[in-house]
Amino acid sequence: MSEPSQDSAAKTDTVPRTLLVALFVSLVCSSLVASAAVVLKPRQVENAILDMRRNILEVAGLWAPEADVNALFESIEPRVVDLETGAYAGDIDPATYDPAEAAKDPAQSVKVPSEIDIAKVGRRAKHALVYLVRSEGEVSKIILPVSGYGLWSTLYGFLALEADGNTVSDITFYAHGETPGLGDFIVKPAWRDLWRGKRAFDDSGSLELQVVKGRVSAEDPLADYHIDGVSGATLTGNGVSNLVQYWLGDHGYGRYLKTIQGGGES
Amino acid sequence: MSSPAKRALLEPIVDDNPVTLHVLGICSALAVTTSLLPSLYMCVALTAVAALSNAAVSAIRHILPSSIRIIVQMTIIASLVIVVDESLKAFAFETSRELSVFVGLIITNCIVLGRTESFASKNPVGLSFLDGIGNGLGYSTILILVATSRELLGAGTLLGYTIFPNAADGGWYKPNGMMLLPPSAFFVIGLIIWAVRTWKPKQVEKPDFLIHEVHRTEVV
Repeated sequence: MSEPSQDSAAKTDTVPRTLLVALFVSLVCSSLVASAAVVLKPRQVENAILDMRRNILEVAGLWAPEADVNALFESIEPRVVDLETGAYAGDIDPATYDPAEAAKDPAQSVKVPSEIDIAKVGRRAKHALVYLVRSEGEVSKIILPVSGYGLWSTLYGFLALEADGNTVSDITFYAHGETPGLGDFIVKPAWRDLWRGKRAFDDSGSLELQVVKGRVSAEDPLADYHIDGVSGATLTGNGVSNLVQYWLGDHGYGRYLKTIQGGGES
Repeated sequence: MSSPAKRALLEPIVDDNPVTLHVLGICSALAVTTSLLPSLYMCVALTAVAALSNAAVSAIRHILPSSIRIIVQMTIIASLVIVVDESLKAFAFETSRELSVFVGLIITNCIVLGRTESFASKNPVGLSFLDGIGNGLGYSTILILVATSRELLGAGTLLGYTIFPNAADGGWYKPNGMMLLPPSAFFVIGLIIWAVRTWKPKQVEKPDFLIHEVHRTEVV
């Protein structure tokens, strides 16, 4: 350093002076960071909720770019499902229940047995938050939050089923880390269109829905249950297959969907 | 505007560009330039952090003991980056998610620490602030150039608006997917550095050594 003279350099380098400056800088910086975090927190929480709602509306086919997200979301009914029994859990308020928090709490979550944890979920909450779309009083769509490991990181999304609990309506991923221009085909509208009208379970009730390698051929007896994969992004496709297999399976929403297919609660 | 101030502000844009001349800040230049919008936010974020940390370090330069100089600079930079990151999450949610960790990584961006250490610790507050803005602009120039070419060639769009109609949607342009992958940023930055050094030959570095040509009579 050229500017400070030798004297002042010697004076600033004493131990008490060093501690004092360190303390001063730490105090100023920490109060700056703390106040930014506190002041901006409400806005960030609001953003996160808005984004989640927008994704749910999008997968429900209700999303309109210029409309007010919160007003549109009024028509969607969140419900808490007990994944163990497949029934709605009436004692938990869907407005305040946070499955992500519950999954971290050992009392409210279960470990996914490793032999069926193909989607690398790890732990899941005992209760899931699903969203029902009603038209004219009847449930028209069921929206299920899903997650699972792709190629690079965990994919988070929603799978929308028709009221029969079997026919696929749409799938979206709102958070993923797949390869740009390759694995990110999972969020492309053209690929999502392929899911529309596919079926998850065959007539005997076995889960067949999956992403296959390459195109689904017309002769494929399971063409109704298979989705085209993308070459060069096989592992991303496998990741999607795995998370669908896990979440629609008996350890996931399987029991809940069985209740719906049996014409149970609505 | 006085001449040192003008120099501090304008020189880093081409003549003393942190990316093309000093080859600093390459990590984020590779990572966030797949499309233009996040790059613009990144430019603003880095320029703000560089200018404010330069000003802050310059303000305390006389009382700063040299033994804890670097860690104090890092603390100031890190605090500013957190504030910027939190503000992006509050006011530009979509973009902040696209930028993900790269805003946080401004902390380790060599441009910022490089300027506080080499410039702000020896110069007055106003000049240091301008130097931070100037270096932010220099970084931004390169980032915008790289992001424009990558988004245009990789997706046929700019800021999300279609410029080249995509072949998949019935247009004529077949996007070059490689432009969206990190290596293409290396190529583009390399081409920019080449172009700048052809234009300004003074920036060409002297070779560190010359390859010794072995003569046939020499014993190897």
